[in-house]
Amino acid sequence: MKSINWFHYAAPQNFYGLAGRMWPGFAVLATAFMLAGLWLGFAVAPSDFQQGEGYRIIFVHVPVSWMSMVVYLAMAFWSVLGLTFNTRLSGMMTRALAPTGALFAFLSLWTGALWGKPMWGTWWVWDARLTSELILFFLYLGYIALTSAIDDTRRSDRAGALIAIVGAINVPIIYFSVKWWNTLHQGASVSLTKGSSMAEVMLWGMLLMALAFWFYTVALVLYRVRTLILQRESHATWVHQLDEVKP
Amino acid sequence: MSGGAFMAVLRRDLLLAMRRKSEVLTAVFFFVVVAALFPLGIGPELNTLRLVAPGVLWVGALLSSMLALQRLFEADYRDGTLEQMALSPTPMPLLISAKLLAHWLVSGVPLVLLAPVLGLQFDLSADALMTLTLGLLLGTPVLSLVGGIGAALTLGVRGGGVLLSLLVLPLFIPVLVFGAGAVEAQASGLGAEAHLSILMAMLLPAAFFSPLACAAALRIALE
Repeated sequence: MKSINWFHYAAPQNFYGLAGRMWPGFAVLATAFMLAGLWLGFAVAPSDFQQGEGYRIIFVHVPVSWMSMVVYLAMAFWSVLGLTFNTRLSGMMTRALAPTGALFAFLSLWTGALWGKPMWGTWWVWDARLTSELILFFLYLGYIALTSAIDDTRRSDRAGALIAIVGAINVPIIYFSVKWWNTLHQGASVSLTKGSSMAEVMLWGMLLMALAFWFYTVALVLYRVRTLILQRESHATWVHQLDEVKP
Repeated sequence: MSGGAFMAVLRRDLLLAMRRKSEVLTAVFFFVVVAALFPLGIGPELNTLRLVAPGVLWVGALLSSMLALQRLFEADYRDGTLEQMALSPTPMPLLISAKLLAHWLVSGVPLVLLAPVLGLQFDLSADALMTLTLGLLLGTPVLSLVGGIGAALTLGVRGGGVLLSLLVLPLFIPVLVFGAGAVEAQASGLGAEAHLSILMAMLLPAAFFSPLACAAALRIALE
């Protein structure tokens, strides 16, 4: 059996082509899943007997909150890879992920506020999960601010990798804070051990939306990393021989 | 051998701090002034002040330790001492932990000692003052340790001071929550042991991992 040479794609030159072939596929998948998820969520799913129609924001709120944590973990993953193998591509991947993650964290806070107003009667409560999400948003901003303040790309990638790993300690705290502090926020609706407390249609709608956001992230990050590669490798000959770069 | 190096760095940093007293005192006075501003902003009602006191004092301690953090590695970075530390046969994390300990002794301990006095202004009970001081005693080292990572990362970076606050303050939040929470738990009759234990549980891993992370961050900055 021939093993795949992963390090082949660690070279920005090789990854550039791969990412170019992959991102349109993920963009199509994201659109398809999002249309299906929105259709299930808004047309098929019944209204909740307690929360009425207002609960439907769950189809955006929950996937977006999941993604805001997943993206941070992905950043930590690439940071560990970058610091151990000293690959330039890892730093670029981390940087490409950060803006999307910050956007998800912001959307999670925003949709949470919109949901909280009709359900709890308030835009914001200082509940553990909300606060942790806010901290996560700050962590994204801190990462972006630090990496953009250092001009030397090697130093900025490595410094960013370190702060991403330090911040990743925060992500499990977010997840388990539901159990640590038992406050206003409703407990997790989806659980692997007990089965879900939601109607099946709602669950499917939510999972479809989660997959849609997942593919959206992958497509966007691949696209962004291509731009970063072009920017950083602009001195290299292979960049000047690309069709899209030739004048 | 390495114990000697640890003591040497500790003594040197303390001596330097003693020679430049104004830098240390600025951060301490900042703490006093911030604590004095709150009653003026909120009003002299003692019942309200007693409620907000733990939070106000903790936030004041957080901000004033931020002020001191910016100078943690800066002078050593500029005159090349850090490079010598990186090159020395003694493990760099050990030397860094001496620096962090010195930093806490200089910037953290004065806050711990002052807090009960300032707490009196907020009409805190003896019990609450005791808890506040204990909490600060366990919490301020965490601020120095975690803040050190941020200080090392922002070394010589454009707009370092503001950037440092943006990086480090979110990481301070758990300490703030449990530090101020300890006083409230004590006041409401629940007892503060749980909160203080969690603060201790933050301090121990921070004391172990932070010098390693600081050393890694400094090596990145020194490249």
